[in-house]
Amino acid sequence: MTQLRITGITAAALGAGGVLAGPAGAQTLDLSIEIPRLRVAEYHRPYVAVWLEKEGATPRTLSVWYDDDMRGNEGTKWLRDLRQFWRTAGRAMSFPADGISSATKAPGTHRMSFTGGNGSMPRLSPGNYTLVIEAAREVGGRELIRLPFTWNGSSTATASARGSNELGAVSLTIRR
Amino acid sequence: MLKSLRRPVIALAAIAALAVPAAVQAHRVWMIASSTVLSGDEAWVTIDAAVGNELFYFDHVALRGDFAVTAPDGSAVEVQNEHTGRLRTTFDAHLEQQGTYRVAMVREGAMGSYMLNGERQRLPRGLKAAEVADALPEGATDVQVIENNIRTELYVTLGQPSETVFTPTGKGIELVPVTHPNDLYAGEEATFLFLLNGEPAANIDVLVVPGGSRYRDNQGQMDLTTDAEGKVRITWPEAGRYWIELDHGGRGGAPSEDGGPRSRAAYTATFEVLPL
Repeated sequence: MTQLRITGITAAALGAGGVLAGPAGAQTLDLSIEIPRLRVAEYHRPYVAVWLEKEGATPRTLSVWYDDDMRGNEGTKWLRDLRQFWRTAGRAMSFPADGISSATKAPGTHRMSFTGGNGSMPRLSPGNYTLVIEAAREVGGRELIRLPFTWNGSSTATASARGSNELGAVSLTIRR
Repeated sequence: MLKSLRRPVIALAAIAALAVPAAVQAHRVWMIASSTVLSGDEAWVTIDAAVGNELFYFDHVALRGDFAVTAPDGSAVEVQNEHTGRLRTTFDAHLEQQGTYRVAMVREGAMGSYMLNGERQRLPRGLKAAEVADALPEGATDVQVIENNIRTELYVTLGQPSETVFTPTGKGIELVPVTHPNDLYAGEEATFLFLLNGEPAANIDVLVVPGGSRYRDNQGQMDLTTDAEGKVRITWPEAGRYWIELDHGGRGGAPSEDGGPRSRAAYTATFEVLPL
């Protein structure tokens, strides 16, 4: 028990060392995703994947919403309907994915915050990025929104767009 | 009256057989899977297999034969719930490993004829190439044999695509992915390498036909040819299922270089192209 605890502290200390590259504090990515309320005969909450792309770098999955509480991991069967996510990253991951996957969410606006170097969010070097949001709904449609942004490492960057069927307003703000 | 009619009918039939273009005779052999890209810990797929003209409709006869499903680790997956109806065969496979599976029907054999006592006789149907010598009676002359290797395949991937099922056997026409056949998207170019008896299948015609022809006025086919390395590049105009055919030697077979039997090798497969 004691040994485990020491190991935990050591790992945390190493992690902190990685994040504290400079004295100016952490990068924060705030994300807002609207799941529209749809008037359809059969409604299922959408599967949603959010990932970050940078040219020449491996895409990083930030978040995946799926039916994570079904018996026998049955909910993973429809992850492939998030076609681009599945191709880009999903098929190489195992689910549930620690710190990345969570349950599907109801219609409404969902806010998420990620800290660079923490959990699924990498610490970003300056450059051009694209945040991709893909939603797919059982007996429904699929929609993918790309939010390109440039991060210069210090000043705040924002991007926003609006989906036309499976996604509503989406926006991001990155700052340090 | 009847007798006098019979002669011209036979004559006409003979002429018709010569005149009918190959495309009309060539029924297409195909299989389709319920899904080709799957996620989860395990999954089921169901496969339809048929012979017909239109893709992919059941308009002629069921495809019969030995269907083999190969798992990513090379082991055989049980073919379950097989049923052959008039117009199609259907069966299921339970995928329990992550990776790419091959569903295949390979027909290998020999057909041909020989002269005996001044008459041309056919070799029995369903003969293996190794059985030809035993099947020839004493005194047979002018033996004409075509050895066939005809593959009908499709591929299904659970999770991450793998390439173990594409290890060539060196027999017939085989696909070696450059682009994985379960990673095809509309508007993108895919490259496939084909082997003929283990060597690059250079300069072979590749026919690519999109499914759904019932709802179109034209076939929309692409006539391509493999390059000197046996590679063909295909840009998928839209999402859907595509049928691919390569045929070396055709019905008459290709002459062998060492004076042995003529040979025919054919490959057909169904690929699924997803919207980007």
